[in-house]
Amino acid sequence: MDDRTGTKAAGACWRLSPPPFAVKFANLVFTLALTFIGLTAVTFIIGRVMPADPVLAIVGDRAPKEVYEAVRLQLGLDKSLLQQYWIYVSSVLHGDFGRSIMTTQPVLDDMIRFFPATFELASVATILGILFGLPMGVLAAVRQGRLTDHIVRVVGLLGYSVPIFWLGMVALLIFYARLDWLPGPGRIEVYYDGIVDPVSGFILLDSALQGEWEVFRNALSHIVLPASMLATYALAYIARMTRSFMLDQLSQEYVITARVKGLSEIAVIWRHAFRNVLIQLITIIGLTYASLLEGSVLTETVFAWPGIGQYITNSLFNADMNAVIGGTVVVGISFVGINMLSDVLYRIVDPRARV
Amino acid sequence: MSENVAGASWKGRGLRAWLLVDSPESLFHARCQRLYLSWRAFSANPIAMTGLLIIVALVLAAIFAPLITGGNGTEQVLGDRLLPPGAAHWLGTDELGRDIYQRIVWGSRITLYIVGLVAIIVVPIGMVIGTVAGYVGGWVDNVLMRFTDIFLAFPRLILALAFVSALGPGIENAVLAIALTTWSPYARLTRAETITIRNSEYIMAARLQGASRLRILYGHVVPLCVSSVVIRLTLDMAGVILTAAGLGFLGLGAQPPLPEWGAMISTGRQFLLDQWWVATIPGIAIFTVSLGFNLLGDGLRDVLDPKSEGRA
Amino acid sequence: MSARPLLSVEDLRVDFATPKGVVEAVRGVSFDVGREKLGVVGESGSGKSVTGRAILGLVRPPGKIRARRIEFDGIDLLSTDRRTLNQIRGGRISMVMQDPKFSLNPVITVGKQIAEAYRLHGDAGRKAAKRRALDMLAAVRIRDPERVYNAYPHEVSGGMGQRIMIAMMLSPDPDLLIADEPTSALDVTVQMQVLAILDDLVTQRGMGLIFISHDLNLVASFCDRVLIMYAGRIMEVCDAKRLNEARHPYTRGLLNCLPRIDEPGGNLPVLNRDPAWVDQRL
Repeated sequence: MDDRTGTKAAGACWRLSPPPFAVKFANLVFTLALTFIGLTAVTFIIGRVMPADPVLAIVGDRAPKEVYEAVRLQLGLDKSLLQQYWIYVSSVLHGDFGRSIMTTQPVLDDMIRFFPATFELASVATILGILFGLPMGVLAAVRQGRLTDHIVRVVGLLGYSVPIFWLGMVALLIFYARLDWLPGPGRIEVYYDGIVDPVSGFILLDSALQGEWEVFRNALSHIVLPASMLATYALAYIARMTRSFMLDQLSQEYVITARVKGLSEIAVIWRHAFRNVLIQLITIIGLTYASLLEGSVLTETVFAWPGIGQYITNSLFNADMNAVIGGTVVVGISFVGINMLSDVLYRIVDPRARV
Repeated sequence: MSENVAGASWKGRGLRAWLLVDSPESLFHARCQRLYLSWRAFSANPIAMTGLLIIVALVLAAIFAPLITGGNGTEQVLGDRLLPPGAAHWLGTDELGRDIYQRIVWGSRITLYIVGLVAIIVVPIGMVIGTVAGYVGGWVDNVLMRFTDIFLAFPRLILALAFVSALGPGIENAVLAIALTTWSPYARLTRAETITIRNSEYIMAARLQGASRLRILYGHVVPLCVSSVVIRLTLDMAGVILTAAGLGFLGLGAQPPLPEWGAMISTGRQFLLDQWWVATIPGIAIFTVSLGFNLLGDGLRDVLDPKSEGRA
Repeated sequence: MSARPLLSVEDLRVDFATPKGVVEAVRGVSFDVGREKLGVVGESGSGKSVTGRAILGLVRPPGKIRARRIEFDGIDLLSTDRRTLNQIRGGRISMVMQDPKFSLNPVITVGKQIAEAYRLHGDAGRKAAKRRALDMLAAVRIRDPERVYNAYPHEVSGGMGQRIMIAMMLSPDPDLLIADEPTSALDVTVQMQVLAILDDLVTQRGMGLIFISHDLNLVASFCDRVLIMYAGRIMEVCDAKRLNEARHPYTRGLLNCLPRIDEPGGNLPVLNRDPAWVDQRL
C-alpha cells in the first residue's frame, strides 16, 4: 500500500499494455460475436441439418424432379456444410431471413411488424414488476424475520412457480368471462385499430402522444391482463433478488457507519444501502426483461397478442421453418443484446468496476 | 479441549446422544452427525418441509400410480364426457370421458421422467466442464468458458421451440432442448467452486502425497461442489417443469394420449368457459410441483449454504 | 477527571439469543469516561467491541442491551427517543471502526460522505459542508484534499481510508469518540501515523476517547487509563503509566506474554486461564 500517493501503486514496472477500458470493450465485442456465431450455428443446425429434407418441406411430396432440383440448388444444399453456414450467416447479417410461407412476406418485415407488440408487453410488465417488486423486496429485507418478510417471500415463491400461460387462462376466465371487467384476448378492439399512427410501435405511447385517449384507454384495458401475468413472474424475481441484495447490504459495516453518523433509518436504507442494491439490480432487471421477451411466447398465445411469440408459434404449426428460425435468431439476439447492455450499464454505474 | 459438552460418554444414552456428541469417533460417525444436524436445521423450516412433502408426494404418486388409481387415464368413456368433479370422478372427466384424477396421477410419472432426465444430462456435463476448466485453468479454461457462455445466453423456451420444430415433437426431444439450455450455469458454478478450492492447503497436501490430478478432482473437489449443485438443481427443476409444461401446452412435448399436464391444459382450453376444471386442474398440479421444488430448493439453500442463511 | 464524567455506564449487559442458547457478551460492565483517553483492552470475545457499540445503541436484534444507566452529559441514552439519539450519534458521540475498506460506502465519493456527516448536525449548505470536509481532510494530514474529496473508497489506501474515517467522524465536532480497533487493519508503519493524528485531534479539541484494542502495548503507550476486559467483565482498571503494577493475574498474564526485546527470556509464557475469572466481579 503506497501511502504517499494515496493510491495503490502498481509497482515501478512499466508494461506496454493497452488502456484497460479498451481491453474490456474488445472482450465484450468478442463475446458478443462468439455468442452470435454460437446462436446462428445452433439455429443453422436446427434449420438445415436436422429436418429430414428441407427441400421437401418447401416443395411438398409430389413435386416434379426439376422443381426439387431447382429448389435444392436455390437452397445451396449442393455446397459444403461450412459454405452453407457462411452463406446463412451473411444473409442473417443482412437481415435476410428468407420468406415466410405463411405471410409470403420477407421474415424480417414480418418481425418488424410484430416485435413492437412484444416489446410493449414486456416493457409494461417489467415496469409493473419493478414498481411492486422493488419496494416489496426492500420492505422484506428491512423487516427480516417478521410477518412482512414471510409474506413477501411466499408471494415471491408463488409468483415464481406459477405457469404463466395457465394463470392467463384462469385470469381471462374470471375477469373476462365471468366478471366482464376486462376485455378479452387481443391487443386492441378492431374498431380502434389503425386510428393511431404507429410512430413508436407502442400503441400506448403513440395514442397518448397523439391525444387519442379513447384508443389509449382501450389499449390499456387490453394490456392489463397479459402484462399482469408476466409481471407476476417479474415481481417475484425482482422482489426475491432485491430482498437478497438488501439483506446483504444491511449487514455491511458502512451501514453501521451511516447509523453512527446519526442518519435516520430511512436515510440509511435508501441513501446508502439501496444505492448499492440498485447497481446490482441493473443486471437483474436486464435478465427479467430478456426473460419476459421470451416468456411472452406463451402469454401471447393465450391472449392472442399479435407479437413475435405468436408469430413463432403460428409458424411452428405451419411448418414455416424460415419464420421459426428467423424469429429464434432475432429473439436470441435481443436476449443476448439486452443482457450485454445491462452488463455494460453496470460497469458504467459501479465505481468499483470502472478502471 | 477433548471433553464432550454433551457428556464424556454417549454410551448407554441412546441414538440421539450419539448424534449430538461433540467429538465423533469415526468418519461414519462424523457423517451421520452432519446429516442429523442438517436434518434438524432443515426440518425446523416449515417452508422447506412443505416443499419436501410436495416432492415426496409427487414421487410416491408416480411410483404407486397403479395402486391409487383405477385405470391409467386413457380409458375413454364418451358417454361421461366433461363431467364436473364429483364422487365417481374426483376431479371430473375431460372431453373424451377420461378420468382427470387418473390422468393427473399418471402424468406425475411423465413429470418425474422429464425432470430426472434433464438432471441426469445436465449435472454430469456441467460439472465435468466446470471442474476441468477451474482446475486446469489457462487457455483450456478460457475456451471452455466461452463455450459455456454461448449457451448461457440462449433463451430456453424459444430454442426448445425451434429444436422441437426441427426434430419433431416428443418428450425426448423436449428434454434434449431443455437440457441444452440448462447445463451452463452448472459449469460456471462448479468452476467457481473449483477455483476457490484448488488453492486450499489440503489440496496441496493431497498433491504432495502423490495423488494424481484426476483423483484430486473427483475425490476431493467434486464432493465439495455437490451441495451448491444440488441447491441449484432443485431450484432449476421448478423452471424446467414450467418450460416442459409450456412445450406441452404448445403440443410439442409428450404426445397424446399421454397424460402430460401441459398438453391437458391445451386440450381443455376450448372448454374453459363452462367446464373449467378440465384445463384448470392440470395447471394446479404444475403449479404445486413447481412450487414444491422452489420451496425445497430454498430450504436446502438455507441449510447447506451458510452464507445465504436467511437471505432469499 | 473533572466534576462530571462525559459518559457514565453502570451495569451494562448485552445478550445475544442464538439457536444454541443465550450468549452473554457483556456481563455487568461499569465505568466512567471524562475528557481523557480511556483504553479498553481484551482478547477476542471479551466483549470490548460490543461494549463500544452498546453505548450508541448499535446492537441489533437478536442482541439486547440492558443497563442500570448509560448517561451521557445528563441524557439517559437507553430511554431517550429516536430523534435525540440520532442527534447524539455523530454530533456528540462518534465512532471510528476497524477497516475503512468496509466501513465506507463504496459507491459514494469520500468527500460526500464526510460532508453528509457535517450537514447532519448543523445547518450547513452544500458549499460550506464541502469546505469543512476539505478542512478536515487537511487536518488529518492528507496532502491533496481536493483529489481525495472526489475519490471513491476503493481508490485510497488503508491508512488514508482510516484518516478519512477520522475526518468524517470528527467533522461534526463530537465530544466523545469511540475508536473500535482503529489501527488493527493497518500496516504497522501506518498505524503510528494514524495514531498520532488521532492523538493530536483528540487532545486539541479536548475530546474524550474510548480506545478499544487487543494490543495492550499500544493502549498503554497511547491512553491515560486502561480497562482490562475478560469474558464480558472488567478485570481491572488502572492508570496507563502504572500498568506494570497491575495486580490482577489476568493482566499480569497478558503483560508477561508480551515479548520484550531487552529481556532475553527462555520460552515465552503462555497465559493460564483461571476459570474463576469468568465469575469474578471487579
